[in-house]
Amino acid sequence: MERVVVVGASAAGSTTAQTLRREGFAGAITVIGDEPHLPYDRPPLSKQVLLGSWPAERTSFGPSTTYAEQGIDLRLGSRAAGLDLSRRVVELATGEEVGWDHLVVATGVQPLRLREGHHLDGVHVLRTLDDAVALRKSLADASAVVVVGAGFLGSETTAAARQLGCEVTLVDLAPAPMAVQLGAELGWMVAELHAAHGVRVLGGSGVTRLLGESAVEGVELADGSVVKADAVLVAVGSRPATDWLEASGLPCRDGVLCEEAPAGVHAAGDVARWTSARFGVSLRLEHRFNATEQAVCAARRIAGQEIAFDPVPYFWTDQYDARIQVYGVVPPDARLVVVQGDPSARKFLAHYVSGGRVSAVLGWNMPRELRSERALLTAI
Amino acid sequence: MNVEIDQEGCVAAGQCVLAAPEVFDQRDEDGVAVLLREPLADEYAATREAALLCPARAIVLSE
Repeated sequence: MERVVVVGASAAGSTTAQTLRREGFAGAITVIGDEPHLPYDRPPLSKQVLLGSWPAERTSFGPSTTYAEQGIDLRLGSRAAGLDLSRRVVELATGEEVGWDHLVVATGVQPLRLREGHHLDGVHVLRTLDDAVALRKSLADASAVVVVGAGFLGSETTAAARQLGCEVTLVDLAPAPMAVQLGAELGWMVAELHAAHGVRVLGGSGVTRLLGESAVEGVELADGSVVKADAVLVAVGSRPATDWLEASGLPCRDGVLCEEAPAGVHAAGDVARWTSARFGVSLRLEHRFNATEQAVCAARRIAGQEIAFDPVPYFWTDQYDARIQVYGVVPPDARLVVVQGDPSARKFLAHYVSGGRVSAVLGWNMPRELRSERALLTAI
Repeated sequence: MNVEIDQEGCVAAGQCVLAAPEVFDQRDEDGVAVLLREPLADEYAATREAALLCPARAIVLSE
């Protein structure tokens, strides 16, 4: 009997396993996940879970019976420690080996940390459900919060903390929040959004260290100033969780290189790097929708379908009442052109133009209208 | 086939409309998915694809 082993039990891992069954795969499916929880969804962690509008359990993808009914062997609290490509086994931290005919690497990413200070009470990173529950608890008691890093997680957490009544300072090396992901011009609009909600936004600011004895008391910035804090989120990016693959010889360079993987080895989700024919660039996307699309593709290929993977990436962020959605890829040199609506009214559509063509479309509180703009990208 | 949308969980991605435009649409004001009508037999495959691709897993099918 053919055996599929999926390493990683989050969105990409669970979707791969369930899609295999939908596609009629009759072999054995094992999903290995290092967290103790049943597979759950991460986007609500920095939104509804922090706000407390959803109980943590609501992020679950379903009860354990669902997996049992589908004949999916879900091994939770189980960490993959190594991979042997010649013998086709995954080595678990316990020493146990799990054999496979098809392997799907879906181990995601790990949050980066500051060089020091993470031992202090009140200092958090945000990746897992446990992280979110701990941060929520910290925010409930906090008066002054500093968020280090203004990407998706940092900006969304800032909005949640502000809505919970905390004083919030958002600090980033980049000139404006989300500028790295969405360009400086859009970043200024995000900065204004946060400022309008009473957030102190400090762009172009490095953090030198976290201050405190046993609990965090402040954040020291590169200019020597100190921002008082009794809760700190460090959201300074992440790196692919490929440590366990280091000795295996599986080609990795900031992610698993999908095209260079040997036959029978696939990758999906945040950990996977591939070449986008449509956009002519190497991509590794830490976006929720990409996890689904890649997982579905991996499962269908394992099930014997010969399909290409060349999607139009999609991602979104929710901050206060702003829902910002993007289709496509935003190159660093792209120009933002507003095509409908009005940024000052916080309701508009824009194109990212690079090299004379539209490479991404963005909607700010215009979801329905944005969908039609996507057609500009499928023609590429 | 019975289709249910968890509108509170919906993130307004619109992927369901791209997959099955005869079955799903988005509300004007916030983009939340709505059911236009129950799918016809020849729309089942597209409806299943919509449920599979939903990034909030907000579409539940019973067949």
